[in-house]
Amino acid sequence: MSDQLARALRAPVPQARAAARRFADRAAAEHDADLAYATIPSPLGELLLVAGVRGLTQMHYLDEPLDATLAVIADRHSPRIVESAAALDPWRRELDEYFSGTRRRFEAPLDWEQMSPFQRAVLRATAAIPYGATSTYTGVAVAAGSPHGQRAAGNALGANPLAIIVPCHRVLRSGGGFGGYTGGLQRKHYLLELEGLSAA
Amino acid sequence: MLLEHHSDAVWRALRAMVGVQAAEDCFQETFLAALRAYPRLRPDSSPRAWLMTIAHNKAIDHLRRAARDQVAEVDDADVDPAPRDETIWQAVAALPPHQRAAVALRFIGDLSHREIAAAIGCSEAASRRSLHDGLATLRRTL
Repeated sequence: MSDQLARALRAPVPQARAAARRFADRAAAEHDADLAYATIPSPLGELLLVAGVRGLTQMHYLDEPLDATLAVIADRHSPRIVESAAALDPWRRELDEYFSGTRRRFEAPLDWEQMSPFQRAVLRATAAIPYGATSTYTGVAVAAGSPHGQRAAGNALGANPLAIIVPCHRVLRSGGGFGGYTGGLQRKHYLLELEGLSAA
Repeated sequence: MLLEHHSDAVWRALRAMVGVQAAEDCFQETFLAALRAYPRLRPDSSPRAWLMTIAHNKAIDHLRRAARDQVAEVDDADVDPAPRDETIWQAVAALPPHQRAAVALRFIGDLSHREIAAAIGCSEAASRRSLHDGLATLRRTL
């Protein structure tokens, strides 16, 4: 009897998952949680999106296990993080449109406050590079107000927390070389081709 | 992440303590309270025992409100998908509150008697007795 009892009491119930989802969506919508996240499929693999009250805070290629990645985010930003597809809908929609070629600008709000002033200046300059155009590390350093800071600008770009949306893939090396890309060079090629630039 | 790892056990414990109908509300209240208090969780304490304690408090709140409003104490409705298990849940629902809580926290929450005692606010001996009496009643009923 005790066995049967224990088994029945411990059997997973479908209602729990639905209740958890309702809770997470509401906590995200009403900002009881500091951060909401969702994973979405894309032509470049699974993407992890994280948003807070100021807008999107993270957009990463999910190359590591989700739990490990979330643990880092919880540690660095806030442990109050819940999964909510609904909360990330505005950015998911824009990314879907971008990948299908019907969107050239991202408009949903981004969290610029999380960045250091220098990184913010570099990434804002990067965000100003039009769809289908490119700049150089020197170019964004100049635009960010630090004409001699191309190496620092490269580092700031390498640590871009908002991949694709802040288009660091549009920044190339001055000599015409490709430069690097945190998500891997193949992805940089893919994005530039998607935007109509033939691979250099 | 607490939510993903513990939502199932919390839901079932609440279901045992307050019934299917009220479990949803208590579940939402439990995780909201947990979320708000989360940074105060000490690293050495067990998240599950902590969540179960909150869940138990929310269940007590609900039962008090229900008693005041003269609603049936545990409203285990007819929406159970598995009829074989239903008798068990009904039998658990029919237990006195302390025994019900002890059974739920022990078998669903996997809490130790020390943790159950802390959650319910009784001694370890009382927790053992509640569990023993609850199981004895269930054994007779089932």
